[in-house]
Amino acid sequence: MSFKPLVLLSLLLPGVAGASTFMPPAATVTAGEVDSIYAFLLITSLVSFIILIGGMIFFVFKYKRKSATDKTAYITHDHTLEFVWSFIPFLIFMFVFAWGWKIYHDMRHSPEGALEVHVMAKKWDWRFLYKNGKEVTSSLNDKGQKEPATMVVPVGKPVKLIMASEKISAGSTDPMDRPVLHSFFLPAARIKQDVVPGRYTTMWFQLDQPGDYWVFCTEFCGSGHSAMKARISAVPMADFEKWLAAEGSGEMSLADKGRALYSSKACAGCHSADGTRVVGPSFKASWGKSRDVEGGGKVTVDENYVRESILNPNAKVAAGYPAGVMPTFAGQLSDDDVKALIEFIKTLK
Amino acid sequence: MATATAHHENSNYLNHEKGLWSWLTTLDHKRIGLLYFITVALFFLVGGIFALLIRTELYSVGETIMTAEQYARVMTYHGAVMVFLVIIPGIPAFLGNFFLPIQIGAKDVAFPRLNLLSWYCLLLGAGIALTSLFFGGADTGWTFYTPYSIKHSPAVICMALGVFVAGFSSILTGLNFVVTTHKLRAPGMTMNRIPLFVWALYSTAIIQVLATPVLGITVLLLAAENIFGIGFFDPALGGDPVLFQHFFWFYSHPAVYIMILPAFGVISELITTFARKTIFGYTAIAYSSLAIAAVSFFVWGHHMFVSGQSEFAGIVFSFLTMLVGVPTAIKLFNWMATLYKGSINLSAPMLYALGFMFLFTIGGVTGIFLATIATDVHFHDTYFVVAHFHYVMVGGTLMSIMGRDLLLVPENVWSSLQRCLGTCFIRVHLRWLQRHVLSAVYSWIAGHAPSLLRLPA
Ligand code: HEM
Ligand SMILES: [Cu+2]
Repeated sequence: MSFKPLVLLSLLLPGVAGASTFMPPAATVTAGEVDSIYAFLLITSLVSFIILIGGMIFFVFKYKRKSATDKTAYITHDHTLEFVWSFIPFLIFMFVFAWGWKIYHDMRHSPEGALEVHVMAKKWDWRFLYKNGKEVTSSLNDKGQKEPATMVVPVGKPVKLIMASEKISAGSTDPMDRPVLHSFFLPAARIKQDVVPGRYTTMWFQLDQPGDYWVFCTEFCGSGHSAMKARISAVPMADFEKWLAAEGSGEMSLADKGRALYSSKACAGCHSADGTRVVGPSFKASWGKSRDVEGGGKVTVDENYVRESILNPNAKVAAGYPAGVMPTFAGQLSDDDVKALIEFIKTLK
Repeated sequence: MATATAHHENSNYLNHEKGLWSWLTTLDHKRIGLLYFITVALFFLVGGIFALLIRTELYSVGETIMTAEQYARVMTYHGAVMVFLVIIPGIPAFLGNFFLPIQIGAKDVAFPRLNLLSWYCLLLGAGIALTSLFFGGADTGWTFYTPYSIKHSPAVICMALGVFVAGFSSILTGLNFVVTTHKLRAPGMTMNRIPLFVWALYSTAIIQVLATPVLGITVLLLAAENIFGIGFFDPALGGDPVLFQHFFWFYSHPAVYIMILPAFGVISELITTFARKTIFGYTAIAYSSLAIAAVSFFVWGHHMFVSGQSEFAGIVFSFLTMLVGVPTAIKLFNWMATLYKGSINLSAPMLYALGFMFLFTIGGVTGIFLATIATDVHFHDTYFVVAHFHYVMVGGTLMSIMGRDLLLVPENVWSSLQRCLGTCFIRVHLRWLQRHVLSAVYSWIAGHAPSLLRLPA
């Protein structure tokens, strides 16, 4: 009896090794964890399959009809057996559920101090915007072929992506040119997140091996969908910093651009940057705080809340402040302007 | 006198009235069943042609026979035709109509006129949907995700309205079956004595009645947004694109059980018949169908783990999906146990039933890979999902339809089929296994692409 788990374990170990060969190379800790649970699922599936289909085949041969007058047994049910084959799968399912949950939890929560990069998806390209204003887009090489955009990130440091979907040409008024769903898939990290029009979605990863990794769009978005790729290049920190500061980096950081907009678009008339109360809530130390909303409920001051407050100010009004006072800035601020303002508010600690 | 009796003896549902008109106006459940068979077989051919076009295009890398735009359309019509016009009506509307009244000892279904109307709904819906081909065709995929599907295009509008009308066919058939099962059972045939096929149809009918209206409303909203520009799903108009996914899967997850529950019923019958055994665990099989029908309404979010829904929602949906796995596993074990000490006749229909078990088990276990959130994040929207649902829909539903249909034709027809079935079965299997492996290999290649394909690095 007691050696059975050992037999199972010895079956499992080569399985774990074998299973990971079906997967792309794992470049993050999370990817390794996903591969383990995948291997576990593969082995348990294989065992269940052998029990079920092996049993079926065995019975088919053993009880194959010999003559037209074969006697068959009259068996209607067996409570113990039925309990066993309901309960054991149930336990296995609960186990993989809990294990999957744990990994998923890690996928959803980026560590403090992650490097934040804005990611924009459109038909059919990716664009990356760093906080210092550096922008990476796809380009044409000397043969006239499209080179996918390459996002450079430091090895061994968490990177958080703030993703948005945009029109093919910014500011276009063509009703057919609307942002659609895309999905950012980084196989090497086993993570994927839809990019949803009208809001920001986030994801994070930490690449532990230097190298180049592919990013695919995995939400059908039209005829160019399968070619909608990007690359991530993980390099040592020093190289990353050199690259980030090198030519092509923006003239102005996002936060500085935001600060300029804050004055020029007259946000400053109602929202202070130093904590004093004017008409609306002050921006100082507001980032990440939970705020009471008029009419009950709470909201965390994050990218989506700030974006909504700029474009649709009356959707959620901070408790204790008058509604209907702030005008909408939709149409006056570009998507990138909104991001700059968000980055500016983040810096007001 | 003598001729009258002779006429009486040879008269059956096929010949007691003659002519096309008698078929088009028939209220006989067996004739309506056959009408469904003919239509579904026709759509199966249409969907199959689209499938062949897909395979041909994928024969080589890059453009083989069509452009990317055309490919997206072919893929959309393959999926929509097979799901809405073949797999969903396949068993209930054809085999169900034919056998439900017979199996419970009723003369006909409860509402024969409604039954005929539902067939016309399917025809009309299919007609409207396929008309979209003349407007350039829809390229949205069978899921019609917004905002991509909001393009003010007549093709998408036709598709949506076609699905809306065809949906009524499903609702009315479901309604008919629920009432028939409750009201027209022969005296003494209690619910705990009805055949398992009837249990399966009954559970399915409940889903059809409760879930299909949601699909109807969803595609109607989509059509309204396309025609009038009302912002339900377009964020530019204040709508929410993810709301569409919630609506769509609130129908389409229960719908996968509309597709498979009747097949479970068929398999229970084929296995007992050809093993000459009573079913093992009648109660467990009957009530697990009902359990599946009930829980199936609360798992739709497993299609949306990475859609931007909250972490909490993802966890709840993962948990509930695991729960559906249990009754499914129970059924497989029960069928295996039914074979025990039987007298197994390996004729063609039985081979289909055994093939069903083989393929559906693979489909079921891959379902668990997808129900586990951590692995689904990787597999979602890849060939792994495509393989999963082809294992269950073709390996499951279609295998059972084919196995059961064989019983309707004389035995000497299928005995010759029996010989070649072995090889066919292996082929079907390799096709979808290939897809699972492909998904893994594909993502592996993706990781290695720069070095393997010498893409510009
Ligand atoms: C043990 C039972 C099953 C489980 C646990 C299960 C689980 C799942 C999950 C979690 C997904 C979402 C995967 C993703 O999009 O990432 C999925 C997709 C799907 N399943 Fe199942 N499934 C089961 C049985 C079935 C059956 C019986 C059918 C139909 C006959 C079916 C048809 C489908 C379809 C059509 C899709 C996806 C369609 C699409 O995204 O276009 N599944 N399944
Ligand atoms: Cu589902």
